[in-house]
Amino acid sequence: MSAELPAAVSQPADLVRAGGGYDAPPPARRTRLRVWKVIREQPMATFGAVVLLLVILVAIFAPALAPYDPREKVGDVYQPPDSSHWLGLDDGGVDMVSLLMYGARVSLIVGFAAAAVAMLVGGAVGVLSGYFGGKTDTVLMRITDYFLVIPDVPLMIVVAAIWGKSLKNIILIIGLIYWTSTARLIRSQVKSIRERVYVKRARALGAGNSRLIFKHVMPQVAPLLIANTVLMMAIAIFAETALAFLGLGDPQKISWGLLIENAFARQAISLDAWWAIVPPGVCVAVLILACTMLGTALEDSLNPRLRVGHLSVKRFRLRPLVGRMDAE
Amino acid sequence: MKAPVLEARDLHVWFDLPDDRELHAVQGVSFGLAPGERFGLVGESGCGKTTTILGLMGLLPPTASVAGQVVLEGDNIMARGESSVAPHRWKDIAMIFQGAMNAFNPVKTIGDQIAEPMEVHGISEGDAARQRVGELLEMVGISRDRADRYPHEFSGGMRQRAAIAMALACEPKVLLADEPTTALDVMVQAQILQLLVSLTHDLGLAMVLVTHDLPLIAQVCNRAAVMYAGEIVEQGETETLYHDPGHPYTRLLFAATPDLYDESNVTSIPGGPPRLDREIIGCPFAPRCDRTFEPCPTVRPELRDLGAGHTAACHLNDPVMRAAAS
Amino acid sequence: MSTNGQVHPLLEVSDLVTRYPIPRGILGTVAGRPQQQVHAVEGISFSLNQGEMLALVGESGCGKTTTAQSVMRLVQPDSGSIRFEGSDISTLGFRELRPLRKRMQIIYQDPYESLDPRFRVRQTIEEPLVIHGVGTRSDRPHRVKEALVRAGLTPPELYIDRYPHELSGGQRQRVAIAASLVLDPKLLVADEPVSMLDVSVRAGILGLLDALRKDGMGILMITHDLSTAAHFADRIAVMYLGRIVEEGPARDVVRNPQHPYTKALISVVPKRDPRDSSEPQILKGETPNPVHIPSGCRFHPRCPLVTPECPRIDPELRTPKDGTTPDHRAACILV
Repeated sequence: MSAELPAAVSQPADLVRAGGGYDAPPPARRTRLRVWKVIREQPMATFGAVVLLLVILVAIFAPALAPYDPREKVGDVYQPPDSSHWLGLDDGGVDMVSLLMYGARVSLIVGFAAAAVAMLVGGAVGVLSGYFGGKTDTVLMRITDYFLVIPDVPLMIVVAAIWGKSLKNIILIIGLIYWTSTARLIRSQVKSIRERVYVKRARALGAGNSRLIFKHVMPQVAPLLIANTVLMMAIAIFAETALAFLGLGDPQKISWGLLIENAFARQAISLDAWWAIVPPGVCVAVLILACTMLGTALEDSLNPRLRVGHLSVKRFRLRPLVGRMDAE
Repeated sequence: MKAPVLEARDLHVWFDLPDDRELHAVQGVSFGLAPGERFGLVGESGCGKTTTILGLMGLLPPTASVAGQVVLEGDNIMARGESSVAPHRWKDIAMIFQGAMNAFNPVKTIGDQIAEPMEVHGISEGDAARQRVGELLEMVGISRDRADRYPHEFSGGMRQRAAIAMALACEPKVLLADEPTTALDVMVQAQILQLLVSLTHDLGLAMVLVTHDLPLIAQVCNRAAVMYAGEIVEQGETETLYHDPGHPYTRLLFAATPDLYDESNVTSIPGGPPRLDREIIGCPFAPRCDRTFEPCPTVRPELRDLGAGHTAACHLNDPVMRAAAS
Repeated sequence: MSTNGQVHPLLEVSDLVTRYPIPRGILGTVAGRPQQQVHAVEGISFSLNQGEMLALVGESGCGKTTTAQSVMRLVQPDSGSIRFEGSDISTLGFRELRPLRKRMQIIYQDPYESLDPRFRVRQTIEEPLVIHGVGTRSDRPHRVKEALVRAGLTPPELYIDRYPHELSGGQRQRVAIAASLVLDPKLLVADEPVSMLDVSVRAGILGLLDALRKDGMGILMITHDLSTAAHFADRIAVMYLGRIVEEGPARDVVRNPQHPYTKALISVVPKRDPRDSSEPQILKGETPNPVHIPSGCRFHPRCPLVTPECPRIDPELRTPKDGTTPDHRAACILV
């Protein structure tokens, strides 16, 4: 990382890097590096990241990977699984495996996009609220409260019914309902960062608000925002699935929620066609689990408030003194 | 010379670091504390003084390993680690932590918090405990009727007094005070120090005062030890440390401390302390010392007795070394 | 570099008053409770010339930090005037103040928090240049290196690309100082510049400030440490509850204190020599809350020399009858 500094120096400046017993605060690495470090080192994060990556790859390369065309009838209604159709066929005689692969696309697109909307709106509200305080804070927080109070699913049903069922609308609805938790989280972080000495110093130097926000505050909240966005993805994916299941999803697009809804509506359960209803549910569950695991692991490491390591039981170890200490 | 009530014998503390490395935070610290004595442990940040006193009470995290003896009235309480130290905590040795005045539970009254150690250690409870809390508060200069107030209703100095009362709850023989006045104003500092001195007189309490503030030790403590890079480099009566230091670090530390009336130049010591996660070759202070000579970079000095309980770890005190060099 | 031929002082503060309102909350406002205020600074006057270091000394709550913030116009004073380089800046708005920020800088107490942990040293020191549009992209690195050298961090190449966590406390403080120097200010406000640093490192930083002072910089140092003030400052002003109770040449104030508070303060400062057995004059109680200022002389409830007159008269700063120098003044009716 850094070259060793020379031990002896002719200048009066205190030059030697004081390591070891020096009580240095934890290193503030760049966001990318910290996120990467968490993914590499914590099993929960690694698992979540790997699964997420796999799903993404499958979704992107679905045309190449899918064994059949997802719109093509290749057999009977609810044909059971066999060697050529590992998960059987759905109510339209279409291969389930192919449907699942293409279905991943919608879940991921909605997940990313809705989380992005939530992040942008929530992040902006949180930053403005936390940074400016006062009336801005009060007004924005009241608006946040109103959004929090609205029950999510009924609102989504109403809006979908009014605006029409398209992917774009779904993304917007989900994003505009769930930004509130991000806003709260970011706001409290920004409030504490604003009081840090280096921000005050930069202001005393004459820095304007935009500089303070973009150069000093945002980089500090970025890690938390990323963690929160990943968690938001899990919520968005679930919301999309629920909406699709309720018949509010885009009927043109293949989505896991739609698959479940179709199977449910077309009597898959009473016909014992578990392959039509269970796999899409499992896929949704696994994807949400992956996002939640990754997001939680990131948030645990990156949110300074959540550290509770100091509450662990303290039990030091004894070492027998062997011989003279300076023989080591 | 009374038998020491507390003795640290060759105390070592290591902390685990990532990549299988270790930080040797305390490297063979030994000192004795007589009843009623005020002993100062002085050093700059990172020298290991706080770790040393935490080690005396066994308040170290799981990443720590300890070697050496901590002898309390003749018994080595460190013999079996946590199980042998725990029974003595607070009842025989108590501590005022750094920033203790800010460590109070905001939703419990001061009286309840002072009574807590007594209840936890089964010494007294209920009315008897309340009675004792009143006594303790008076002892530290807070009026009894403030026992039912909450921490935020007290000023910083009063909270520090309350922290002292809490430490005295189980009538310990030894009090360890880690930077007890650092965050306080100089007038309040004087009040707290006056209180600590009177407690050692009235209760026969032995006290270890850990601080980076040399003049404070000079005024309050009879004897002191100067720590550097995890070890004691000089130990003796405070008068001797000032007027006849046996280690250049002690001398330079005093020289770096401005005095109100002394107009001679205040100096700084160039460089910084060595890393404690690797083996130190030679004298740990050599890179920054102004009187190094031949053996210093290669031979680690031992603590030498300079007479009357004054010890120092410096080759300059060794006539054999000096003869060999010249 | 010479401070002679100076038309006016670098900084002239007259009757500065700064108060903070205490938020009442909704209940308080509705219940009609009176608005309480923290009387942080209650009418102080002092001046600072180029090439001079003035130490504002006092305990917590005395108003020294608020004074520094007011002088730097980081807070809005309630009344009084602050004349910087001859013109009154006490009522200027944010826009008008911006160019002034080039000529007055502040250094904070905590070197571990003063630097943005994500900025390299180079970026931290360059930031003031970028904010004020000083220098071009090609000559900024040179200015940065110059500032590092001036702050005692040589060779500068060794520091330029480091992150704050790779530096010691003393080095970080020097980086903060370098960032203040890069715009070549005339006034430097140092708020407890060394209280969080190790003793062995303090003299280096204070020596640096002293060298800057000799170079013509005017330095206003805020400190609670009388020994440091006595050693490095030209003049000392002792504050208590928002007022200056004594001021004068540093040596004089410390060796011949006139105000009872100053006397008590000096007596409780621990001396280096263990043999020094002077009796400390420990005052009872603590500094009262700056919300409720005592009547008359604000020090009278704790004063060991209090007379019946004291609660009724609020003394002005004046030269003591047996004072040695005319510019050593104290606010006490007994001197």
